[in-house]
Amino acid sequence: MANYKLEINDIAYEVDVDEGTSLLWVIREHLGLTGTKYGCGIAQCGACTIHIDKTPMRACVLQVQDFSEGQKIRTIEGLSENGDHPLQKAWIASQAPQCGYCQSGQIMQAAALLEENPNPSREEIKSKMNGILCRCGTYLRVIKAIEMVAKNEIPSNS
Amino acid sequence: MKKSSTYSRRDFLKSSGGIALFVGASGILPQLVSCSSPEEIEKVLEKHEVTAWVKLSENGDITIFNPASEMGQGSMTSLPMLFAEEMDADWSKVSVEFSPQESEIYGSPGWSPGTKMMFTVGSRTTNSYYTTMRTAGAQARYVLLHSAASHWDLPIAELSTKKSKVVHEKSNKEISYGELVSFLQMPASLPEFSEGQLKDPSDFQLVGKNIQRTDIPEKVTGQAKFSIDIRLPDMLFGVIERGNLHGSKPTLLNEPEISASKGVLKIIPLDYGIGVVANSLEEALAAKKKLAIAWSESKASDHQSQEIYGSYEKIAASKDPGRVLTEKGNVKQAHRLAAKTFTSDFKNDYVYHAQMEPLNAVIKVSGDLGSAEVWVGSQQGFDTKLGVPEILGIPPENVTIHLQYLGGGFGRRSMNDFVEECAILAKEMAPCPVKLFWTREDDMTYGAFRPLSLQRLTASTDAQGNLTGFSHVVVGDGGGLVASGVQNDHYDIPNQFAEWREASNGIRIKHWRSVGHGPNKFAIECMLDEIAKDQGKDPLQFRKRLMKNSPRALATLVKVEELSQWNKTTASDRAKGVAFVEHGSLGSGVCEISVDRDSGKITVHNFWIALDAGVIIHPDNVKAQMEGGIIMGISSALKEQITIVDGKVQQSNFHEYELLRMEDVPDDIETFLISSNSHPEGVGETATPMVACAIANAFLTLTGKKLRHLPFTPERVLEVLRS
Repeated sequence: MANYKLEINDIAYEVDVDEGTSLLWVIREHLGLTGTKYGCGIAQCGACTIHIDKTPMRACVLQVQDFSEGQKIRTIEGLSENGDHPLQKAWIASQAPQCGYCQSGQIMQAAALLEENPNPSREEIKSKMNGILCRCGTYLRVIKAIEMVAKNEIPSNS
Repeated sequence: MKKSSTYSRRDFLKSSGGIALFVGASGILPQLVSCSSPEEIEKVLEKHEVTAWVKLSENGDITIFNPASEMGQGSMTSLPMLFAEEMDADWSKVSVEFSPQESEIYGSPGWSPGTKMMFTVGSRTTNSYYTTMRTAGAQARYVLLHSAASHWDLPIAELSTKKSKVVHEKSNKEISYGELVSFLQMPASLPEFSEGQLKDPSDFQLVGKNIQRTDIPEKVTGQAKFSIDIRLPDMLFGVIERGNLHGSKPTLLNEPEISASKGVLKIIPLDYGIGVVANSLEEALAAKKKLAIAWSESKASDHQSQEIYGSYEKIAASKDPGRVLTEKGNVKQAHRLAAKTFTSDFKNDYVYHAQMEPLNAVIKVSGDLGSAEVWVGSQQGFDTKLGVPEILGIPPENVTIHLQYLGGGFGRRSMNDFVEECAILAKEMAPCPVKLFWTREDDMTYGAFRPLSLQRLTASTDAQGNLTGFSHVVVGDGGGLVASGVQNDHYDIPNQFAEWREASNGIRIKHWRSVGHGPNKFAIECMLDEIAKDQGKDPLQFRKRLMKNSPRALATLVKVEELSQWNKTTASDRAKGVAFVEHGSLGSGVCEISVDRDSGKITVHNFWIALDAGVIIHPDNVKAQMEGGIIMGISSALKEQITIVDGKVQQSNFHEYELLRMEDVPDDIETFLISSNSHPEGVGETATPMVACAIANAFLTLTGKKLRHLPFTPERVLEVLRS
């Protein structure tokens, strides 16, 4: 057991776990930030997508000791203060989620995509979002939501 | 819209002020309970179960309780909409919570007469709760009217309601539902409200509108709670190694090593697996990895899924009859007198549910083992306590189920094996709560699949080319799991026959979205195209003639013909295919595909659907169900395949069991909803079975070749193209 300091959503956390513990278990079970989901454990489904220094990564295959040296970790809970990130508004406007389980990963991946490329083509969206699985089949509405933000077309009432 | 949330049953009245309206509870006198008086709540709870459908507060807030599971299909919005419609509630003041799991109170009519059920399966939610929710809403409105009538000393007949207000037009008086709370009083009896006394669908104000789903805001912020997200004080973590040979019995070979493994508190052997409970999830998973287990042979040991079809063909050809599923006219005679007969076999491999949230549950058993609390995402069951009372040997009323959002269901969560497992582990660890965690590998390898099956279809036509006989033999495991969807009520075929012949391999199987409709519609709809092609007829026009006595089905076909511009010539490397599916609602679908003849990859470019589902409660949500159903259909038809070698499941995670990803979605899925005032029918399972047949039919038009074995993997497509 060792003590690790993590900076998540601009808050300093400390956690006592074994070296090698998955960052996903630390975030979810030890720190209670359960918006980030477990889906496969092998970086195939993207449900656990978080940002590390603004880069989208799969928390399930990361180990805690590699991210305790001041890296800035962002989870869905820290994407916006009041759930009002443009993507979150667009997600509501397009009524994208069904079961909702994969949607934190979808939104975090999309946020990183738009940071890097604010006006992606549909092909670029598909290629960058391809790592995030959705079993309910919400892909078309996810694309629609991302395009809404890219084109600045979010309805004001959402 | 305020955030919905789950709640502890005994706490839900205490959580705020307001009044709970105890209406719609069978056998229990309707009554009102003030939520600001804790003593009064306790008194009522001693006498009755909590049976409220709705809670009103002085500030006008209204909480409506949803009795169905929410797995993305929208029950958390559509059922409360029905209630609010009849109550004339102001939807902007409504929030929604899950109801307690008590089927006598919150159930909808079950499958046998006089029974009630809380079971979110078979696309039955909207269909079975339509009258239940509206009646309860109308009763709530009646209580409000009655109370206003007493308060004003006016005849109830002179009062009306509108957007959370009772209105007396003659005197221009009105009072809001919130203001009425302090004057609420219960009538001596509540009218039952027959269908005719409820609103006429053409008067609906809320139903039929595209309002925002109540569950979506918390699903975009990570705040929505699934049972996997539950964290309780002193919670322990349980995992189970179940092997990859279904039905096999384990012998643990290294118990001392596992017991000594860090954080391990207990090893719990089961008939089919070894359970381990540890202090943390990572410790439980580490110990699971170290388990050395000898597995016994099982019934499944000899099963080779990709070589089994030969024996299924023999069963289909044998003289031994199966169980008759449907019989109309004399199909044998029709085949005997036919001018031409057609026979084709259709095959489908096992498929896996792949709901994104792996199975899990949290259970806390009390120290005296006399009661339990369960946090779970379940599609519920005939037993709303999900098998927990039997395992703990306690009465059902001592088990409280806290239903959570489901991270996908698709039929897998209608089987509560994982809840029972969690109860076994939690009983051993009482009073500490236990979170039982299935890894993706557990969820896939120890899955309960849609059965592998074979359909042998024989059709006959007379000298004029009329379809006279249609027979359908299903060979596979699980009865209803492979038999649903064989009936052709909407096609005018005078002689029809279908039977099920059993072939059991010891593999765990379960309902999978649309159940037998997937494989059976694939077979039926492909057979129709085969005959149409032989006769040189357009497959859509061929179906239209068959549907001449089924106007509602025909209307969907006519509409999708227009919507898809069926007659318009597509690009030379593309073709369209059509299919019709009944699954409660009636739907016709058209897809447009192309095929890469070098790689064998099929691309679906577009899908058009025309749907008649009766009254549409929430149009945008129905469209979402169509989109999701089509995408799940494309995924399963083109990619998904569980294979078994020597009884062992060969796939363990998404690198081996691929789902459709975003790069392969169609450009568009367009749905047209046909307007209707008929009783609503389910929509969750109508789209998925259209897909395989529509693709195969388009492929037949494009290449002249027949795809007859699901999934249509590139290898299989190449094989068919070369044949």
